[in-house]
Amino acid sequence: MLDLLDGLIEAFSLIIALDPDLIQIVFLSLRVSLTAIIVSTLLAVPLGTLLGLKPEKKTRLFNKIIFTFMGMPPVVGGLIIYLLLSRMGPFGVLGLLYSPSAMIIAQVFLATPIITGLTMVGIRAKGSAVEETARSLGAGSYLAAWTVVREARFAILGAVITGFGRVIAEVGAVMLVGGNIAGRTRVMTTAIVLETRKGNFELAIGLGVILLLLSFIINSVLYNIQKGGKSN
Amino acid sequence: MKLENINKEYDREVLRVDSLELNKGLIYGIIGPSGAGKSTLLRIINLLTSPSQGAYYFHGQPILKSSRELINLQRKMGLVFQKTLLFSDSVWNNVAYGLKARGCCREEINDRVGLLLDQVGLSDLAKRRADTLSGGEAQRVAIARSVAYDPELLLLDEPTANLDPYNIELIEEMIATLNREKDITVVIVTHNVFQARRIADKVIFIDKGEIVEMGSAEKIFTDPEYEKTRLYVEGKVIS
Ligand SMILES: Nc1ncnc2c1ncn2[C@@H]1O[C@H](COP(=O)(O)OP(=O)(O)O)[C@@H](O)[C@H]1O
Ligand SMILES: [Mg+2]
Repeated sequence: MLDLLDGLIEAFSLIIALDPDLIQIVFLSLRVSLTAIIVSTLLAVPLGTLLGLKPEKKTRLFNKIIFTFMGMPPVVGGLIIYLLLSRMGPFGVLGLLYSPSAMIIAQVFLATPIITGLTMVGIRAKGSAVEETARSLGAGSYLAAWTVVREARFAILGAVITGFGRVIAEVGAVMLVGGNIAGRTRVMTTAIVLETRKGNFELAIGLGVILLLLSFIINSVLYNIQKGGKSN
Repeated sequence: MKLENINKEYDREVLRVDSLELNKGLIYGIIGPSGAGKSTLLRIINLLTSPSQGAYYFHGQPILKSSRELINLQRKMGLVFQKTLLFSDSVWNNVAYGLKARGCCREEINDRVGLLLDQVGLSDLAKRRADTLSGGEAQRVAIARSVAYDPELLLLDEPTANLDPYNIELIEEMIATLNREKDITVVIVTHNVFQARRIADKVIFIDKGEIVEMGSAEKIFTDPEYEKTRLYVEGKVIS
């Protein structure tokens, strides 16, 4: 009990003092996950929009695949990327394993189905009606597609933030493909695992607090988006 | 605008039109029971749905299926859907949408949208978000949005369904004004025969996917050719 209290006090002093190790880990986490989310968004929003505009009957198989990938345990996703990037794998020559790039790739792999699936569901609600309205007003294909995306902006933003929340909190995949190398591939979640094992609770708790805070922010934003979306 | 030997099949044939010609400057009322094919006809006229067979002429020119031509032609028409959808944006931006889609410059958009909103009495709503409008206001905005780019033909699919008498009157006035001042040809689908009688020059009665009768409003309502038409306009059950 005292240990825990000490840990908490120590953790807050690390945060307040902007401990360099802690800052470095937090920044790497944010860098990896934000990059992954940007890449995923660029892939997933067009794909999800395309699927969302097709009649559900025609995309049934695709839906099942996407929903399966959405629910894939991150560590399994990590394993797949590990095998692809490992020296004997097809992309081994690139030498990406145990680098931040590998972690970004793994997170893209995890986030893309989530954002695609949620975008698709969001578009499906009224996407075809929006598309037809846009076309009847003289929009060409690009403007019509852009209008569809714009009308579903709350759903899409929600999808992106949900994806970010998943990858930033994920530990299995980044541990496998990143290797949790200090100063290079150590992110918040893997650091917590390691420091807890070593008994360095203060850093672990400090990072835990920051993760919780992030989660709070993410969910507040999501909550507001959903409220905004509803009143529309 | 002219259709010849058009038919449309989904799982079964839902519409067949041997010949239909619309003349400039008139208001056409399409009446008929629910499921008769009224919306399908409007969508075919708007080139939003392509017919299973048949020929389509605009100003006497047959229309081929190249997408460039379709979009140019579609841009000469405005369609207000049975289930209206305004973009979640300001009223102003909704009305400006068609002009932006046509690549109009900013000043032109500002002038024309401003003028139109004045004409149809919606200026006060310009800055309002479309999702905060009442049903009647939303419907008027939707009509304004579909005429902002000066289409030759305005297609309205039950624009006053579910509205109160006051808003129905406003919208009917608006349609009459647009027809008079901008010389827009109007096709209005309605299942309210009284509305057709009030505003239409010509009335088309559709039942079970076929045009039963088309004629001047006067004729259709006082001396129709067919028994079926007479029963329908008198509000009787037709089978
Ligand atoms: N996309 C579609 N797929 C299958 N059937 C349709 C479709 N659109 C309309 N229909 C059918 O065509 C018929 C005519 O519909 P519609 O033109 O909407 O009638 P109305 O507008 O006169 O009420 C109806 O039986 C309807 O079920
Ligand atoms: Mg209809």
